[in-house]
Amino acid sequence: MSIVATVPPPARAEAAAFLRRRRLELAGAALVAALVACLPLVVRDVYTQNVIILTLLYAALSQSWNILGGYCGQISLGHALYFGIGAYATSLLYTKAGILPWFGMAAGGIVAAAVALALGYQLFRLAGHYFTIATIVLAEAGLLLANNWDYAGAATGIQWPYGPDSWATLQFARNKVPYIWFALGLVAITWLVTWLIENSRWGYWWRAVKDNADAAESLGVMIFRSKMAAAAISAFFTAAGGGFYAAFVSYIDPESTMNFSFSLLMALPAVLGGIGTLWGPALGAAILIPLTELTRSFLGGGGKGIDLIVYGALIMAIALARPEGLISLFRRVRAPHG
Amino acid sequence: MTPPLLDIRSVTRRFGGLVAVNDVSLTVGRGEIVGLIGPNGAGKSTLFGLIAGALAPTSGTILFEGQDVSRLPAPERCRRGIGRTFQVVKSFDSMSVVDNVIVGSLVRHRHLAEARAKAYEVLDFAGLAGRAGAAAGDLTPPEKRRLEVARALATEPKLLLLDEVMTGLTPTEAQKGVELVRRVRETGVTVLMVEHVMEIVMPLVDRAFVMHLGRELAPGSPKEVAAAQGVIAAYLGERRRAA
Repeated sequence: MSIVATVPPPARAEAAAFLRRRRLELAGAALVAALVACLPLVVRDVYTQNVIILTLLYAALSQSWNILGGYCGQISLGHALYFGIGAYATSLLYTKAGILPWFGMAAGGIVAAAVALALGYQLFRLAGHYFTIATIVLAEAGLLLANNWDYAGAATGIQWPYGPDSWATLQFARNKVPYIWFALGLVAITWLVTWLIENSRWGYWWRAVKDNADAAESLGVMIFRSKMAAAAISAFFTAAGGGFYAAFVSYIDPESTMNFSFSLLMALPAVLGGIGTLWGPALGAAILIPLTELTRSFLGGGGKGIDLIVYGALIMAIALARPEGLISLFRRVRAPHG
Repeated sequence: MTPPLLDIRSVTRRFGGLVAVNDVSLTVGRGEIVGLIGPNGAGKSTLFGLIAGALAPTSGTILFEGQDVSRLPAPERCRRGIGRTFQVVKSFDSMSVVDNVIVGSLVRHRHLAEARAKAYEVLDFAGLAGRAGAAAGDLTPPEKRRLEVARALATEPKLLLLDEVMTGLTPTEAQKGVELVRRVRETGVTVLMVEHVMEIVMPLVDRAFVMHLGRELAPGSPKEVAAAQGVIAAYLGERRRAA
């Protein structure tokens, strides 16, 4: 057991290896994205295309959730609120003012980030489970508000007008393939943001806050500000996903955008795949969403309960076998050198 | 005349009815190694918390380089140059050893490449370079102690607070720890250290400050302190005598 290294550190070599690894991650992501982008050439079946779109959407949402929940360690089960804000902002701006969903998604993102900051200002005084419970309660409050908001159609929701297929309005009623590419774009952006954050000051601060807040504070980490930044970025991209969802289904109502199950569905892929990891959310979504759709179609129309049972069983199995998520299966065992 | 690096003026900290630190005054000059000793429950770690900003004093002031820092939050005190370790090791276990240290070096280096270079430099200094890529959670307890010191050093402190970094080490490891502390001082860092193991503290420190039940018991050189009757009584009881 040698604690003191006899050789001076190969710091430069390590730093070079680090940069190589980072570039490799980027290249790997580009490859995966290219493959997914080519999927429509093979997959002609509309139902399967639909599953692919949902999988990509949840990968993007879970990647966004992972920024706050995985990296910063603040487990939110109220992200349906931000998803709803994005869906409503995009739908309202388009149907009431004719503003294109591209801008609507950005606007929804900004509103959601502002709401996240306002709520975070209060919520981040709560620790651990209390924070999580508060997020659930606030999302439910948002659902109630939406259900009673007459301008936004209250419980009946908002129907998007039918129009020709167009990238401007993100309406593709006849051919779903552009949605695959758009959702893939969302995944790519959220992945890239996460990749950039991983090697940034914020990324280090967030992980430090998650692992040990007292130690982080003693090392100059501003905990409150770290959490606020994570919450705002996370909310922004969640709302952008909500805006995309609204354009994709062309009809939203409170239950279909802000139900508690959405909050769970954003957290689960990350937890399943590997919480606080770069690839965990995408991997988790790639397994969980097709599985959900399969169980839903094979286990009958009333299968809503059954696919939830499957989630539960799956999460329990993974928690027992792979507490760090499925991504840990792929991780090379790094031999301690020196 | 330049003010002392650390100037604690009649600081008191209460927890409900318990007075953990009671009217303590202490100054630490630049370049000193000062030992803070005393039996369990004497208030040593509380005093550390007050200096580092984890706790606010109930009354009294703490001056660092002549400026009142008593009400500043911990991250700001770190920025001003107060680094600390924890009695119970608090490593970031999901992160690698070098990433742990980078969290510290980011205080002085905004760019990650610089922070990373600094982290490797500190790890080399602390004798942990060979473990840079390991997960912090996989370190042995002595290595974790070293990591705590390395992480604090990475913030480039002027004053380093070491809270029982030698506890639980074998004599050989402790000797390496002592060497590390000496080398830290040689780089111009002032050290205030809490330690239980007298054989380690006494040869290492320039001065010892003894606390008992929240108060100062005996100041002075290591020899004077070890001979003081109150200290012997506090540590060993009335009848025995220090060797």
